[in-house]
Amino acid sequence: MPQTVTIEPVTRIEGHARITIDLDDAGDVADAHFHVTQFRGFEKFCEGRPFTEMPALTARTCGICPVSHLMASSKACDELMAVQIPPTADMLRRVMNLAQLMQSHALSFFHLSSPDMLLGWDSDPLRRHILGVAAVKPDIARDGIRLRQIGQTIIDLLGGKRVHPAWMVGGGVNAPLTTDRRDEIAALAPEALEITKRNLAWFKRSLKDYTDEASCFANFPSLFLGLVDRNGALEHYDGVLRVVDADGHVLEDQIDPRRYTDILGEAVEDFSYMKFPYYKAKGYPEGMYRVGPLARLNLCDHAGTPVADQELAEFRSIQRGAVLSSFHYHYARLIEVIFAAERIAELVAKPEILDEHVRAKARPNRAEGVGVAEAPRGTLIHHYHIDKNGQIQQCNLIIATGHNNLAMNAGVKQVAQRFVSGKQLEEGALNRVEAVIRCFDPCLSCATHALGQMPMRIELRDATGSVVDEAVRD
Amino acid sequence: MARQKVPPTQALTLTIDDQTVTAKPGQTVMDVASEHGIDIPHLCYLDGLSIWGACRLCVVEVEGQRRLFSACSTEVAEGMVVSTDSPRLRHYRKVIVEMLFAERNHICAVCVSNGHCELQAMAQRLGVDHIHIPYLNPQLSVDSSHDRFRLDHHRCIVCTRCVRVCAEVEGASTKGMAGRGIMARIINDLNEPWGDSQTCTSCGKCVHVCPTGALVEKGTAAAEMQKRRQFLPYLTVMRDNNHD
Ligand code: SF4
Repeated sequence: MPQTVTIEPVTRIEGHARITIDLDDAGDVADAHFHVTQFRGFEKFCEGRPFTEMPALTARTCGICPVSHLMASSKACDELMAVQIPPTADMLRRVMNLAQLMQSHALSFFHLSSPDMLLGWDSDPLRRHILGVAAVKPDIARDGIRLRQIGQTIIDLLGGKRVHPAWMVGGGVNAPLTTDRRDEIAALAPEALEITKRNLAWFKRSLKDYTDEASCFANFPSLFLGLVDRNGALEHYDGVLRVVDADGHVLEDQIDPRRYTDILGEAVEDFSYMKFPYYKAKGYPEGMYRVGPLARLNLCDHAGTPVADQELAEFRSIQRGAVLSSFHYHYARLIEVIFAAERIAELVAKPEILDEHVRAKARPNRAEGVGVAEAPRGTLIHHYHIDKNGQIQQCNLIIATGHNNLAMNAGVKQVAQRFVSGKQLEEGALNRVEAVIRCFDPCLSCATHALGQMPMRIELRDATGSVVDEAVRD
Repeated sequence: MARQKVPPTQALTLTIDDQTVTAKPGQTVMDVASEHGIDIPHLCYLDGLSIWGACRLCVVEVEGQRRLFSACSTEVAEGMVVSTDSPRLRHYRKVIVEMLFAERNHICAVCVSNGHCELQAMAQRLGVDHIHIPYLNPQLSVDSSHDRFRLDHHRCIVCTRCVRVCAEVEGASTKGMAGRGIMARIINDLNEPWGDSQTCTSCGKCVHVCPTGALVEKGTAAAEMQKRRQFLPYLTVMRDNNHD
């Protein structure tokens, strides 16, 4: 009898969701869906607000990556004001963006995903968390906690507040960096680099133990989208959009982010509140692409910092063309943290970082503004229209997790086909289904701009659609 | 109502919160209390402007009287025994502040006045941690038509400080009121967009006396709007002198 397995909630991801697995008559997986069942309407209540409030307002979309929203929103505001922000402000925003990348990747890798890798996907779920890791690998747990703390401390030193700093504004930032804070940041960056290097070393050594997972954790051809700088280097703050295919061929390059609608479409499916963006030239759903750390490393010509460049070369040797397994999001995250630590050190070593001219002031000078930045999870787009007095008329947010929506669904199906077989909900199989989603490190609150939290459940449904088994976890 | 000038020899004696204090005839309970370091909660009252007595936060108890008196508009009397704090007063004040929050849309975390707002500070001072009254969530407008300033009705508590400063100190009388009760709105001239006002001198006094994020300078981001009011007592005194 055909059945459906539903996994709800998916634990250790930000936000909540539900997975259903449809089984055919033979008890094999016929299809799988990743549902996002929360709805927020963030874009709607931004309407009518003064554009100058948008960075703070949209930062409230998410408690995990507020800095990314601040970044994209402030950039959209720069555009509305039609200003060139002072060079020091640009540098300071970059430092903050990289610190955000560091703390978010540390959270994803160490706190959320390392328990699977170090304790095993089949281990007791009650002990499979960062404290469980601390019991068997205290050094790794300590490193993860410290790395996240370094990222947060840098954000704190810049913005004065860890979560939701009000420091980033349209036109630049609202306070320059002081010498002693600069010195503190300069001291933290090398420590972050050392921590990440030693953890990347064990991760690479143990890759051979994860070949089964790597082979089926959303391991399929897809396109990749992200920012690169004008010279094709790894970029998180500014730059141009690039799309590459599974063979690593560049399909689009030097696309001004303002023109994102030329290359991206957004589809809607009735099983999820999360929209399904796709690459227009390939149509829907063939235009499936991935964003985030894996995509960025597949896209760029080089990283631009010494250690990250070495690691990137090694990463690329995994596979000809693009690295396709989403399991390697984890790998890519560590390389990006190395890049972040190196780049932060470079930026704060420049004397101009202390310049006091950090904000351009202007009234609204354009009716439309697009701000794009690479959030830890991928390309984040804020697009605003304002009236002549500067009040928002229309607002569109395309969130990193949204870009990955198609790929996450395909990934769930792939891993379910490998590890789930009908009639039984085995813990290890269910965890692998969840783990494939965690590879993408999705942030569902952002993606649906959702209010509150939703539980997540795994449902097993037969061909008639009735639930024959389910697993619910908090 | 300008304060009266009285010969210095006359003095009254009264009790405020068990302190025996002296005062001049014509002084209000608010004035005398503040001279003696007793800060009675208030929002519509602002030193330098006429008395309005609308917010009711400054209510005090007077011995021998059942009803409450607003300290800003009650003159002192010989032998008066005033209490500015009691469980009953604290309860009333909390409810008043809760009603102000429930009446409009105050989302402090994203407000330009966050951290520099008298309403927010009052809520903190009075220990308002929950709003027990259902929010009205009204659909309100934002007037950004003025070149430099913005009027955001979502954050207005209708204290009328702006109306008074505009008429009494600047002499422009641009700001006024329309509607009653929860429909009351601050308007410019005959309810025109602020930017079209022929009378507004763009002095910005209304912005700086506003206790909340309702009247703000444009271009400010969250938590950036800090009000400056030092000018007010100084200007009032100078204008009084000129009239003598
Ligand atoms: S005006 Fe004051 S109370 Fe209202 S939202 Fe702003 S900070 Fe909060």
